[in-house]
Amino acid sequence: MSDVSLTVNGKRVSGTAEDRTLLVHFLREHLGLTGTHVGCDTSQCGACVVHVDGRAVKSCTMLAVQASGSSIVTIEGLANGADLHPVQAAFKEHHGLQCGFCTPGMIMTATDMIARHPEGLDEATVRAELDGNICRCTGYHNIVKAILAASQAMAKGSKGKAKQAA
Amino acid sequence: MGIEGIGARVARKEDKRFITGGGRYVDDMVVPGMKHAAFVRSPHAHAQIKKIDVKKAQGMPGVVGVLTGKELKADGIGNLICGWMIHSKDGSPMKMGAWSPLAVDKVRYVGDAVVIVIADTKGQARDAAEAVEITYKELKAVVDATKALQPGAPQIHAEAENNLVFDWEIGDGKATDAAIKSAAHVTRMKIVNNRLVPNAMEPRAALGHYDKAEDHYTCWATSQNPHLARLVMSAFYNVAPENKLRVIAPDVGGGFGSKIYIYPEEIACLWASKKTGVPVKWVADRTESFLADAHGRDHVSMVEMAFDKDNRITGLKVDTIANLGAYMSLFSSCVPTYLYATLLSGQYDIPAIHANVRTVYTNTAPVDAYRGAGRPEATYLLERTMETAARELGVTPAELRRKNFITSFPHQTPVILSYDAGDYNASLDAAMKAADYAGFTKRKADAAKRGKLRGIGMSCYIEACGLAPSAAVGSLGAGVGLWESAEVRVNAVGTIEVLTGSHSHGQGHETTFAQLVNQRFGVPIDSVSIVHGDTDKVQMGMGTYGSRSGAVGMSAIVKALDKVEAKAKKIAAHLLEADEGDIVIENGEVKVAGTDKSLPWFQVALAAYTAHNLPAGMEPGLKETAFYDPSNFTFPAGCYICEVEIDPETGLTEIVQFVAADDFGNIINPMIVEGQVHGGIAQGVGQALLEGAHYDANGQLLTASYMDYTMPRADDLPSFKVSTSNTPCPGNPLGIKGCGEAGAIGSPPAVINAITDALGVVDIAMPASPSTVWSAIRAKRH
Repeated sequence: MSDVSLTVNGKRVSGTAEDRTLLVHFLREHLGLTGTHVGCDTSQCGACVVHVDGRAVKSCTMLAVQASGSSIVTIEGLANGADLHPVQAAFKEHHGLQCGFCTPGMIMTATDMIARHPEGLDEATVRAELDGNICRCTGYHNIVKAILAASQAMAKGSKGKAKQAA
Repeated sequence: MGIEGIGARVARKEDKRFITGGGRYVDDMVVPGMKHAAFVRSPHAHAQIKKIDVKKAQGMPGVVGVLTGKELKADGIGNLICGWMIHSKDGSPMKMGAWSPLAVDKVRYVGDAVVIVIADTKGQARDAAEAVEITYKELKAVVDATKALQPGAPQIHAEAENNLVFDWEIGDGKATDAAIKSAAHVTRMKIVNNRLVPNAMEPRAALGHYDKAEDHYTCWATSQNPHLARLVMSAFYNVAPENKLRVIAPDVGGGFGSKIYIYPEEIACLWASKKTGVPVKWVADRTESFLADAHGRDHVSMVEMAFDKDNRITGLKVDTIANLGAYMSLFSSCVPTYLYATLLSGQYDIPAIHANVRTVYTNTAPVDAYRGAGRPEATYLLERTMETAARELGVTPAELRRKNFITSFPHQTPVILSYDAGDYNASLDAAMKAADYAGFTKRKADAAKRGKLRGIGMSCYIEACGLAPSAAVGSLGAGVGLWESAEVRVNAVGTIEVLTGSHSHGQGHETTFAQLVNQRFGVPIDSVSIVHGDTDKVQMGMGTYGSRSGAVGMSAIVKALDKVEAKAKKIAAHLLEADEGDIVIENGEVKVAGTDKSLPWFQVALAAYTAHNLPAGMEPGLKETAFYDPSNFTFPAGCYICEVEIDPETGLTEIVQFVAADDFGNIINPMIVEGQVHGGIAQGVGQALLEGAHYDANGQLLTASYMDYTMPRADDLPSFKVSTSNTPCPGNPLGIKGCGEAGAIGSPPAVINAITDALGVVDIAMPASPSTVWSAIRAKRH
């Protein structure tokens, strides 16, 4: 057994877990954060993507104890007190989800993708960067649309903020 | 159309919980005292069980139970069944072999469940499962259906000689043979429809809880039809009497058919919960899903299509062998028969059709309905054959199709179905226009300059949806009726709950069904709640599959709304001292037409519950129930066009455009309908280009993870151009045909027609992977 202590969605948490416990299981079973999902056993589907120290990580590829000391954001904490994060809002507006199972991972991946491309995104880039996330319902059409829309909305938002600051 | 009524692109009400991590799936459920199950599964495709030793496993840390099939049988738990009786052409009933939820003396496929292990944690259950010692005597296995029929093949079930489950036919054999004999041209093909794994992203799961004090069972299950699960588990599997069994299907992460059936695991978890005295949860890992979810397709067919000298089809003869896997899954028998061969007329006027279907046991996972279920197999066979025929006859694919289109309705086909409405030229025209079909020649030449092979292919599909008229399916062997139920409860404050037997696992019912209520009473959709997926809340229902929730499920809601409306009008007429016939309900107000007299909707609802001033003799309350049994199937149809570009050096196929023009009848929420089409196309393209379940000769599944089975990913697909036309369905009150399966039905032949066009070959196997395409190019060069 190992002690695990993390910051999750801004709160300090700690617990004891079997050494073999994956981060995703720690989040789901120890912390009750069931928004992060498990869709495969081989780190292929991306339903478990969370942010670890600001980067998108498949939480099934990491042991809980490895993540000790890190700061984690899950789908439950993404909006950070707001009603919805702009990526969440875009998924709703553009019907970027159906059964909802892959959705948390998609949104966490998309948020990271948008952050890494301040210059903006095009369809080919979005499709290439979604390679690690599988959706069986949407055919990706509306997920791609939602991410492009969120990327634009967030760019406008940050320009607006920059203007205000100036 | 109001902003939230029929036809409006309303964003989904259910999205909030899914995008914020608040969805509640079976694996998210926690019950006090809950333990975790792991199944010991057969590593052999075919073997006798000689001995099961559970002693070591029982002593492992955290273990609370290790249970076998013998104990399960001793407790009287029944075998799994197929619920649709098919008779062979000699009149004999299908040969259903016994399927025990936990294998007792023989295993028949890799993944067959043998032992259930229950422990404090999932990890401990798995550790203990590894410690169960089972001695097998291996038997020879057979995975290919054609080989399984051959003399001397391994015998899988004692009940089914030569592994033949049934040998069934439909249509007029003599007339079809005569048409072929006298034909000006006959196109002949062998058509192979590859085996697929449905792969809903949420793996199957079950949580069984036996409450000893109440002598009551609860099962949380990843089910598309919780009521059917309850019915079958009580009536056939003796798990619990129906009144003591509650089945809850909460949020379910996709189904695509694979979650219709009642599987061994939910039966075992419920039984094990009683046996061990603790709630038992099992969640499949992905490899378990590959091994033990029902697979789809897996047909091999020989086709002969006869034409007269004017290129009119005069006859179609089909001989199909369908692989059913190791056991007959719940609806496995109807998929390659009534959901397949009845669609072989397609969009065409074919005077004579005959199909023979042999279904076969093999040492592979059970095969049952997967998105489209039989209709993709029929469409693929027909549309590949039409394409080949057009090439042989030297006419364009569109011309040959147009010449043979059915143009007047109703149209009785020679294979049972009577099409009620459609306009096949309209969808073909729309698709060709959207695809700029006329500009293809230039695009092909441009591609050639870049060293690429460009091809275009079309597919004109029809499907029978809105499953289904109960008496009709009953006469064809179904063990259940396929009606749907609804209950509309108007609360005293005017808000509304709709209880439905349909189940949403991605289809957006919470929004679409609420739009129906908004259209009727003007109540905002936020004031309408859709309740589904719980046998304690909803009286009875048949669930969601076969694109039935719109055409059948919503029709039941319409019937219940009719009754609510009639009663509300009676109350309003009484309160407003007006004639009942003059009352109209609009925008949340109940008015007397042509006057300024009105009441807000909630006041009528309140009056129904205070009951201080109701018409004489009227019962209080405003709640109505309805059952709707459809009068016919519905017939969505459309045309899909796919354009591909192939790199001859690598064999990689890129889909450069994909056009869908569908006729779904009337549409409630176009945004949701388009989403259904997108997803269906992705699965169809997946079948054509990427997906295929492969067993080796010993019955080991080689494609049992996402490392081996190629799922369509975002960069395998383009954005799709989708549109709809509309010939309303005359058979139901909303004019709806259904849209859930069309994409998966129509797209595979469009893709393969495009690839064979690009390569100049007659056929190519699905999935047309880069290596398959590359080999075809090389074979043609030599």
